[in-house]
Amino acid sequence: MTILQIKNLHVTVDTEQGTKEILKGVDLTIRSGETHAIMGPNGSGKSTLAYTIAGHPKYTVTEGEILLDGEDVLAMSVDERARAGLFLAMQYPVEIPGVSVSNFLRTAKTALSGEAPALRGWIKDLRSAMEDLKMDSGFTERNVNEGFSGGEKKRHEILQLELLKPKIAVLDETDSGLDVDALKIVSEGVNRAKGNTDLGVLLITHYTRILKYIKPDFVHVFVAGKVAEQGGPELAERLEAEGYDRYLKA
Amino acid sequence: MAEATQTAQHGNKAHSHGGYASAAEVPLQTRSERVRSTNVADFAPIAPREEQWRYLSASKLNGLDADSLEEFSGDIATKHPENVVTAWVGPEHAAFGAAGMPEDRTSAAAWGSAAAAYLVTIPSDAEADCEVQLTFTSHDLTPSAAHIIIEAKPHSKAIVIIDHKGDATLAENVEILVGDEANLTVVSIQDWNAGSVHTSAQFAKLGRNAKLKHLNISLGGDVVRVSPSASFAAPGGDVELLGVYFADSDQHLENRLFVDHSEPNCKSRVTYKGALQGDGAHTVWVGDVLIRAAAEGTDTYELNRNLLLNDGCRADSVPNLEIETGQIQGAGHASASGRFDDEQLFYLQARGITESDARRLVVRGFLNEVIQQIGIPEIEDRLNQAIDLELARSAS
Ligand SMILES: Nc1ncnc2c1ncn2[C@@H]1O[C@H](COP(=O)(O)OP(=O)(O)O)[C@@H](O)[C@H]1O
Ligand SMILES: [Mg+2]
Repeated sequence: MTILQIKNLHVTVDTEQGTKEILKGVDLTIRSGETHAIMGPNGSGKSTLAYTIAGHPKYTVTEGEILLDGEDVLAMSVDERARAGLFLAMQYPVEIPGVSVSNFLRTAKTALSGEAPALRGWIKDLRSAMEDLKMDSGFTERNVNEGFSGGEKKRHEILQLELLKPKIAVLDETDSGLDVDALKIVSEGVNRAKGNTDLGVLLITHYTRILKYIKPDFVHVFVAGKVAEQGGPELAERLEAEGYDRYLKA
Repeated sequence: MAEATQTAQHGNKAHSHGGYASAAEVPLQTRSERVRSTNVADFAPIAPREEQWRYLSASKLNGLDADSLEEFSGDIATKHPENVVTAWVGPEHAAFGAAGMPEDRTSAAAWGSAAAAYLVTIPSDAEADCEVQLTFTSHDLTPSAAHIIIEAKPHSKAIVIIDHKGDATLAENVEILVGDEANLTVVSIQDWNAGSVHTSAQFAKLGRNAKLKHLNISLGGDVVRVSPSASFAAPGGDVELLGVYFADSDQHLENRLFVDHSEPNCKSRVTYKGALQGDGAHTVWVGDVLIRAAAEGTDTYELNRNLLLNDGCRADSVPNLEIETGQIQGAGHASASGRFDDEQLFYLQARGITESDARRLVVRGFLNEVIQQIGIPEIEDRLNQAIDLELARSAS
């Protein structure tokens, strides 16, 4: 059982207009096997939360803490966090020219497990994960995220989720830019990862539609840098009907 | 791409586009008017006002700016199949000076100072598996000169690898003659120890429908300046000039290219990529392409990209395209130097990859675009290893 605790998290970012506080006291606890949906309007700080958990250097934590099974996540480097079991599926995955998907995946797997995966087993796992995500086998020879369509980028993120087997995954708008078929395929991937490894999921989204495929245990409404309301799946249905206006006016 | 109807050239600034500039940017001197001579006295002393020496001062040449040099006293080890012939030849030999003539002072000094040239002859029956290795090894920093001639006879196929290792202060001329319908790959690796200075003028002349792939890899040495040039003796030639360089602290790696399109229907591709790491790392890339009036149907493109891994590095990148005929297939260039992208690092680290491994992956990936084009797996592997070593050296 893994537990990720975020306590009173305050985060700033340096902008041209000076330092700006984006997260203003976030409290969240995610356990293995749980799925938490974070829903909020654009600009509310959802990606900032995701990046801060992963350790992006642009974001400065001014107050609060993040603990993974009691360990101080904020004291860890980006790669240490990943090796501790955290995973971020990015909203905008980065292109790495000249680095093939197969090389990248093998390097990441090796880094996470501390030794190179046995070749035959690895290739088998890779093939079957790609088949499940309906990815063409030639995909592994392409350069990481280079020239990928929006849907390919998201599938590639979920492919990594399935192969790298983290304990807690933050999925930042994995649903955005996907058509219904792709959304289903990607959601199935997340559900498989949950089933196989008792993954804890922090599912960040702007829309409710992905929640039809990935059932959340908890829903947190995120507004202006903090959680404005939380509840069960029924909260998502209310948001579907009413939108975020109620929170924005407040 | 570009359809030029008058002579136009642009240069002296790093930029990235595929067109050509207006007449307002006409240069001081067109490439065809540059001094060409085997006599060192015909060249002005090395000084920053000379375009060719803008980026490299005589004081950094450790004596290679002298009028005369010693003959290279190191070892030139050769490995080749039996049908390849090697010999020392003097200026009376037909191949001597057949590929080109010095266009700068150190090249002319080397020409006059090396009494004999080492000639490697690839016979017409050589097949694609013909691999020749020339390994320069030296432990002497006396300013010295060497002259190599590679003659690929018509219809031959071969790979020639020239390796430079050890300690040297060397001015070198390499002549590359590619006979009609021949297909030659030349790899020149500069991997000297620190303290070495090396200038190398590499002249290629291509016969009818000849194909040359020239790969230039500069890794080690305090100052390494390689000037590959390609010219055509007949129509239908195809030249690919590829380069990879990795400069670390206080290293100066310079590449000056010249493709002289004087014959119709020839093709040239220049692709150079460099990485810079450490304080005072300086790279220079100058890519001159001249399309003369007779060179109708020319198809040319040149590209240079540099990756600056930290502050304190400097990459100069100067493409020059001179076009004297509008009847061409295409002419373009791109040049860009960019800082290492921290977002790439973040993405890789977020997958558990350590910072140093992530850097290695990004740099290797960046240079891969060129390495992938070599088309000879053993050499690609060898170069990848050399680059890894270089990265490890820079990291420590
Ligand atoms: N690196 C950054 N530099 C400047 N402003 C930023 C940066 N990251 C986020 N912001 C600002 O912080 C706010 C929240 O952004 P973000 O976390 O991306 O929100 P969301 O993901 O909910 O749309 C926005 O106003 C955004 O402009
Ligand atoms: Mg966002």
